[in-house]
Amino acid sequence: MDFENGSVKLTLDGETLWAHIRGEIDHHSAKSIREAIDTLLASSAPEALILELSGVTFMDSSGLGLVLGRYTKATEAGIAFSVTGATERITKMFDMAGLDRIIDYKERNTSK
Amino acid sequence: MKKNCENAMKAEFPSLSQNEALARALVSSFVMQLNPTVSELADIKCAVSEAVTNCIVHAYRDTVGTVYLSLKSYSDRSVKIEIKDRGCGIEDIASAMQPMFTTDREGERSGLGFTVMESFCDKLRVTSKPKKGTKVTLTKSLSRLCAN
Ligand SMILES: Nc1ncnc2c1ncn2[C@@H]1O[C@H](COP(=O)(O)OP(=O)(O)OP(=O)(O)O)[C@@H](O)[C@H]1O
Ligand SMILES: [Mg+2]
Repeated sequence: MDFENGSVKLTLDGETLWAHIRGEIDHHSAKSIREAIDTLLASSAPEALILELSGVTFMDSSGLGLVLGRYTKATEAGIAFSVTGATERITKMFDMAGLDRIIDYKERNTSK
Repeated sequence: MKKNCENAMKAEFPSLSQNEALARALVSSFVMQLNPTVSELADIKCAVSEAVTNCIVHAYRDTVGTVYLSLKSYSDRSVKIEIKDRGCGIEDIASAMQPMFTTDREGERSGLGFTVMESFCDKLRVTSKPKKGTKVTLTKSLSRLCAN
């Protein structure tokens, strides 16, 4: 059975903070991912925060909470927020939660 | 049509957050015997994760209690999954099941767990008694096996 506990790798690229999340995001793993992002978000004060989700293999409503929570935090601090790399499965979750009204997670530049 | 129970399994574990992944793995292994589609399996894993997480974060909020999991598969390719706790119970089930309803105070829960369970399963039944506990029953019918 291949499952990997959710984890995050953070990289600061100029004024942009990238959070590459991978593995399974549930209530158990969300806590440390949240803390890691929030700590660097506060100390580096970037202009933008991007959650990169292409390595996420599972997400439930705790993942929705994680994304929405970071959206709220960033927006309140005047930091631009975006999500990239959402798989078909994650897009299904986001759609169900009505996230498309506040966050743009659908890749526009699909070839052509 | 008469349907027979073909396989069954029970498990119980303490309400520790690392057991959310354990519950998903158990249910996956059980359902895998029925050759579900990738998306059916993902739906089931997600719904189970919601119900088990609710036992851990809500039912046994400030304590550790036991989470009871029961799995059954039937001859018509339906799967019935019961997730039970003896925790705080739910006062008003109808309100609790409304999208965006949450009693979470830390502010990182979105109140979408029941919505996920409802949309990823064919049937969701919730019974609960305050101070006694809650039982969530999820039913999902798997599509027919195709010859491959
Ligand atoms: N097993 C349970 N025992 C006691 N209360 C529960 C239980 N399951 C759910 N609840 C109550 O129902 C509410 C709604 O649950 P739901 O899973 O939909 O949202 P949530 O857990 O609050 O947030 P999310 O699942 O999106 O992280 C909870 O906030 C809680 O008050
Ligand atoms: Mg929940």
